[in-house]
Amino acid sequence: MIEYTAIIRDTAKKLLKDGKVDVFIGYKKGTVPMMNEPVVISDPEKVDTLHWDSLCGLNLCNYLTKRKDKIGIIANGCNSRNIVTHILENQISREQLYIVGIPCTGVIDHRAVLRAVGNKEVLDVQEQGDKFTVSGNGFSETFDKAKFLRTNCAVCTHRNPVIYDEMVASPVKEQEGVDPFEDVKKIEAMDPEKKWGFFTKMIERCLRCYACRNSCPLCYCPTCFVDESKPQWVGKSIDPTDTMTFHIMRAYHCAGRCTDCGACERVCPVGIPMRQFTKKLNKDALEYFSWEAGLNPDARPPLDVYKPDDYNDFVK
Amino acid sequence: MLKGLLEHIGIEPGRLNFSWISSAEATKFVDVAQQVAASVKALGPARYLIKKRAEVA
Ligand code: SF4
Ligand code: SF4
Ligand code: SF4
Repeated sequence: MIEYTAIIRDTAKKLLKDGKVDVFIGYKKGTVPMMNEPVVISDPEKVDTLHWDSLCGLNLCNYLTKRKDKIGIIANGCNSRNIVTHILENQISREQLYIVGIPCTGVIDHRAVLRAVGNKEVLDVQEQGDKFTVSGNGFSETFDKAKFLRTNCAVCTHRNPVIYDEMVASPVKEQEGVDPFEDVKKIEAMDPEKKWGFFTKMIERCLRCYACRNSCPLCYCPTCFVDESKPQWVGKSIDPTDTMTFHIMRAYHCAGRCTDCGACERVCPVGIPMRQFTKKLNKDALEYFSWEAGLNPDARPPLDVYKPDDYNDFVK
Repeated sequence: MLKGLLEHIGIEPGRLNFSWISSAEATKFVDVAQQVAASVKALGPARYLIKKRAEVA
């Protein structure tokens, strides 16, 4: 994956120089290891800031909302599906975009890496093909990337971009025989009391920092319901009921839209796996409406169209 | 899908009910209201997603 960096830089330079785009959105190396940051570049001489490796875990589509200029952007599978969703929801138009597609082999879970090195301070990560080497003061360890993927990447079945103007490399083989919903099914099998216990415990440490919301391209409301004060829909403290209400509502606002890109989990300062909420909705969207978000720019999402044969067994 | 999500996190099936009743369907309204009341009564008082008043020491 690391070898794509040079191609991305060349492409961005050309696009900016030729005036095909006003800005180019990509990633740059973070100030600390494993924390690559998004970057918006407008000067063709500055494209060397651009970087790509298996630690680009944020969702760049987040930076497209309501922009008016012409934009070059890099997109792997899930990011491209969010771009499609953005186009469908009129947050950006296809004509404004020049999409540089990346066939993705997954993003490394930085928390898993930290666990594997006993939470020692990581000073450097180098990628070599499907392996990577983590080093710091007095240690250096090499791991298989495939064993350190984020949980969403491990079960991802749409690694190639669904929409692009050019690709940096030929498509990768999509994963087969993975069950994206194994974890959801386990929870479904519990009784209500256990379920409630599971989710209450899961969000116990939530700080209500809203990083999960901010990192998600779907959350572009000018004023989020949690920030409204007239009326105030939900309490602002870390009262467990308020926190649960926030999580239920955040997830539900993503129903039929979430691409399981994992940005929300990636940014949580306390490591809450809040994809457990959105994944249930993704599973139901697939089961009831044969729908996976962002795969088709010409199909309206199930929750904004009515069809006489919609699933409605729950209506009395 | 909302019902699915809420039941997934532990709200008991039967507590959340949906129906579509026209203003002209008085008997249907009575029936459904009775059904809902019965199914919620059977479950007993809500245990989850209740906000308690702040405890002041
Ligand atoms: S979810 Fe899929 S496309 Fe997105 S980063 Fe992971 S493997 Fe790549
Ligand atoms: S809810 Fe999370 S996984 Fe889903 S699109 Fe938003 S950031 Fe990505
Ligand atoms: S990022 Fe984590 S701590 Fe912050 S609001 Fe979301 S779940 Fe809570």
